Amino acid sequence: MKEQHKNTKAKKYGMVIDLDKCTGCGACMAACMAENNVPFKKDESNKLDSITWMRVYSLTNGKKFPEADMCYIPRPCMHCEAHNGHAPCVSVCPAVATDYNHETGIVSQIYTRCFGCRYCMAACPYHARYFNWWDPVWPDGMEKYLSPNVSPRMRGVVEKCSFCFHRYQLAMNKAYVEGRRELEEDEYQTSCTQACPAGAIIFGDLNNPGHAVNQIAKPDPKHGGRPMNPHAFRLLERLGTNPKVYYLSSREWVRRAGDNYIKDEGKQGNH
Amino acid sequence: MSTLDDKAEETVEQVETTKCPEKEQKNRACGIILIFFVIGLVGSLAVGWLIFPKLLYSQKKQPIDFNHVVHVAAVEDGCESCHYFREDGSFSGVPKLAQCVGCHEEAQGENPEELKFVEEHVTKGNEVPWLVYSRQPDCVFFSHASHIKMGKLDCVVCHGHIGESKHSRVYEENRLTGYSRDIWGKNLAGLKKDTWDRMKMDDCAECHAELKAKGETVTTLPWPINWMPRPYEKPASSQVRVNIQKDACFVCHK
Repeated sequence: MKEQHKNTKAKKYGMVIDLDKCTGCGACMAACMAENNVPFKKDESNKLDSITWMRVYSLTNGKKFPEADMCYIPRPCMHCEAHNGHAPCVSVCPAVATDYNHETGIVSQIYTRCFGCRYCMAACPYHARYFNWWDPVWPDGMEKYLSPNVSPRMRGVVEKCSFCFHRYQLAMNKAYVEGRRELEEDEYQTSCTQACPAGAIIFGDLNNPGHAVNQIAKPDPKHGGRPMNPHAFRLLERLGTNPKVYYLSSREWVRRAGDNYIKDEGKQGNH
Repeated sequence: MSTLDDKAEETVEQVETTKCPEKEQKNRACGIILIFFVIGLVGSLAVGWLIFPKLLYSQKKQPIDFNHVVHVAAVEDGCESCHYFREDGSFSGVPKLAQCVGCHEEAQGENPEELKFVEEHVTKGNEVPWLVYSRQPDCVFFSHASHIKMGKLDCVVCHGHIGESKHSRVYEENRLTGYSRDIWGKNLAGLKKDTWDRMKMDDCAECHAELKAKGETVTTLPWPINWMPRPYEKPASSQVRVNIQKDACFVCHK
């Protein structure tokens, strides 16, 4: 048994989102909320309060008509590896309610351990974390439609995208029953990946050269996972958070919008 | 208690012989305080250890008195005949009616419990509202597949010798939390003799830490502050693949 364990390689689950394909339809957001029992309020007009594990942002290049261009950016949790798992949120959590799993590369969030100090929210540069200001109130009868695989959160805790970790666990269960310890690429896919009608989201193991995410993003392990694909970029790359969500775009201004630059600074890629 | 009272009286007598009125009064006051203290102490202990647990747990009977012995003898595959793994890797847990109907479409014997079961559930098609002794809180993810199929654990390790029971025992529900008493354990002092006595998080951790110390790779709970005493021994083996400090919470929480 020990030998078998030694032979199983550590995974690094990650995502590649093709922004040229994304139409901004929001199917990923809806699928995510349904899959993960994300609470909502009667009045969601105050977007600062709404909880969206996956949120689609819109970008414009700010130019007038002939050159005007738009881009939608779906933003899940980036599951930052940073250096050796020291993700911004993980290193500030005083309760070990969130931590980096070296086996899967997923940043966990344990709701029963979280006491709601919100340091992690302050630390997260991607605004991927949300605080439950209220206990969830489900419309009549909806409680029966909640997913039993994800525990609903209570007031006073922080929550975020888990890369549908429960799906990983269920897939592993199936593998165990069949006597395997390894998963196929299609056995573990996130809800948003499967919901995207444009096929803009790809999910898989970044460490596995057989997986599409590895082939497309070509992460360079020697340089903190920076993509070798010239069309690929990560959000706020220069912070060193080493996120596991890669974005693709053939448009230079979109790639540049993924990070902060001083005016007239060189092109993206020169850092 | 009587001995303490006697002592108190003795001290009062001693004081009387000294014939010092001030001291006498003082000691009498002490004696009264002591008596009340003892009464209070015994009273609170009785409330805490005898009355409160009775109040805290409600006693519920299973809808049908189930005889495991008869069933285990009748089936071929042991526990897994009824408590089986589904094809998708999930565990079936307590059997549904459809499964029982396979044998019990009609009563097979004279047992009043079986007759009741057939009459009220099989013919009417009502699921039996079994009370599940080992139901865990919502935040817990427990994989039967990894423990039984990969870990090769026996059912008895966690569930005890339930397969040898002739009657369903009383289901005790914690009135405050709604969880079964099997989770907290029968022993009020928290003492534990067998692995199946309790099903708290510490009990999972105990086994995981022990296996880990042997060099087996099991993930364990984090202990955030190093100088704090751990509820389990830190494993001596350096051959562990998973870091013990952190990163395992998501394995059992969902």
